[in-house]
Amino acid sequence: MKQNRIKTRYLVNFAALIVLFAVVVGMGMLGGNTMKLKIAPSVWQCSYLIIMAASLNLVLGFLGQLSLGHCGFMAVGAYAAALISLAFQRAGFYTEKAGAAFFLVLLISIAAAGVSAALLGLLVGIPALRLKGDYLAIITLGFGMIIVNVINNLPFCGQQGLSQGSASSALYASGLGFSNDEKMQYLWVAGLAVILCMTCMFMFVRSKYGRAIRAIRDNEIAASASGINVSYYKVLTFTISAFFAGITGALYACCNAALATSSFSFTNGSILNSVFIVVMVVVGGMGSLTGSVIAAVVLFLLNYTIKNGAWVSALPAFLQNVFTYPMLVYSIALIIVIMFRPRGIMGSREFALCDIPQWPGRIKAYFTSRAAGKAARKEGKSHG
Amino acid sequence: MAEVKTPVLETKHLGISFGGLHAVQDFNIQMNAGELVGLIGPNGAGKTTVFNLLTGVYVPTEGTVLLNGVPLNGKKTHQFVEAGIARTFQNIRLFNDMTVIENVKVACTKDMHYSLLDATFRTPKFWKAEKEVTDRAMELLEICGLADKADILSSSLPYGQQRKLEIARALATNMKVLLLDEPAAGMNPTETAELLSCINTIRDRFGVAILLIEHDMSLVMNVCERIQVIDYGLTIASGLPEEIANNPRVIAAYLGE
Repeated sequence: MKQNRIKTRYLVNFAALIVLFAVVVGMGMLGGNTMKLKIAPSVWQCSYLIIMAASLNLVLGFLGQLSLGHCGFMAVGAYAAALISLAFQRAGFYTEKAGAAFFLVLLISIAAAGVSAALLGLLVGIPALRLKGDYLAIITLGFGMIIVNVINNLPFCGQQGLSQGSASSALYASGLGFSNDEKMQYLWVAGLAVILCMTCMFMFVRSKYGRAIRAIRDNEIAASASGINVSYYKVLTFTISAFFAGITGALYACCNAALATSSFSFTNGSILNSVFIVVMVVVGGMGSLTGSVIAAVVLFLLNYTIKNGAWVSALPAFLQNVFTYPMLVYSIALIIVIMFRPRGIMGSREFALCDIPQWPGRIKAYFTSRAAGKAARKEGKSHG
Repeated sequence: MAEVKTPVLETKHLGISFGGLHAVQDFNIQMNAGELVGLIGPNGAGKTTVFNLLTGVYVPTEGTVLLNGVPLNGKKTHQFVEAGIARTFQNIRLFNDMTVIENVKVACTKDMHYSLLDATFRTPKFWKAEKEVTDRAMELLEICGLADKADILSSSLPYGQQRKLEIARALATNMKVLLLDEPAAGMNPTETAELLSCINTIRDRFGVAILLIEHDMSLVMNVCERIQVIDYGLTIASGLPEEIANNPRVIAAYLGE
């Protein structure tokens, strides 16, 4: 009976997602050219941000290890996918971005992106995961920076190679890079990728693997005393997380005309950098995959609307000034979330549409317990 | 015809030094299945260090641990558990963000043999293993009197029940030797009595050897068949409870000369 309830919750969520996706796609198709120019790239970006945030959540929220180099795996995936697609194109395997041959190449590129990132994740994870906390964060941060420089200096895909027609400038014309029309046409690829990846991650988390890694997060010593091979599960999770990050890299290569390592570097100011992905996970809820999805979409929309100034120009002047520095807004948002919901908005709950009728009660309970806590503290102070 | 039985757990000259400090020296113990042995000693005597040696948390600098006659040298903690030694902790270590039943299921992980693919595609093998583990976990929770609390967070259990949950989790590893580190610490007399019956049930039902560290002397004297006393890392006495209670060295160690 309980099993059935969980199933309905999933199905309702899933159906709602399909409807939402259909509405967005419908808007893109019927809304004319301007709408299409807005919708198609946004959906693609959303899709890779969602998978990025969810895959980092495996490591950060479920395993409890801070990794700051997640975009490094994405970079590896993006370059692997781009180079493989270009190789196929040059071999004359396909000429236009349609048909069975191209789909096969697309599939191979995505798979190869995932596998190459996973291999690298394994390689990095084995030594790195012997460390904990801050030290692991520093190592992964270093990894994220190193990988960008390594790619830069590889003769066949670095700055030189790519800009000289080996991959970058050619990506749009002959590789994976989709034009706006093609992005619209292949929106379902992005949608399908999100659904498949999220399903896989859910299945992983709701199995003995998920239980084991949550146990490691809660108490490593007790986990090993319960017969869990801590280092094995850590490296496994890190590898799986890297695998999905690699897949997002392939999606990134699909929706960009050119690849530049600067877009994966730690210091870039866009929404796509390792720290921002961490912010998404923290805001959404560490240990809540659905929370990551929601946070990725919401933060993307926030970023998008701030940039395109739809509602910002309606604000009072001093606020407009604040919004010219979007990073400032995100940090304030993050601080507010951490103050009121230290474990993220969703905590470790999963979002379910079926739960919405219970929300008013829950919110009420939340404020009552907060007020009670405050009163108790006051009481303590007056006595002290 | 006296048959020589291999003890379930045996240590030979087990010892560990941290630098110049000999925390435990020449620790020898033999335990048979179904036996309940107490390990006592003043604070800082090295009791928990012995537990850490017996579970592979510390690597002994001398001596060996034998389980059913097989030496466990050089193994890691989780391999000690796989071999059949489970423990509880002096300061409770539960998985706080997981439900009570999940806490127990975690300890069954090593006995679940489905792969990542089985989990991803939810094959019949997956469902079968999950169902078996759920049933087993419920059974263990029932023994420890926690069956009605299965779906609440383990951190919201009262203290005494958290201790019991730790025992249930240790039981789920299918061990042959159970090490209990001060299970009655901080419990009131009623809770201690409940714990006592729980320990007895476990021993009768699973036939495991139990090694118990405890400061509650009435508990130790009541349930333990044998007692071993250590002080400053050295075994100063071992024998039946009555012998220990009247041993001048033990009295001296506890009360001072």
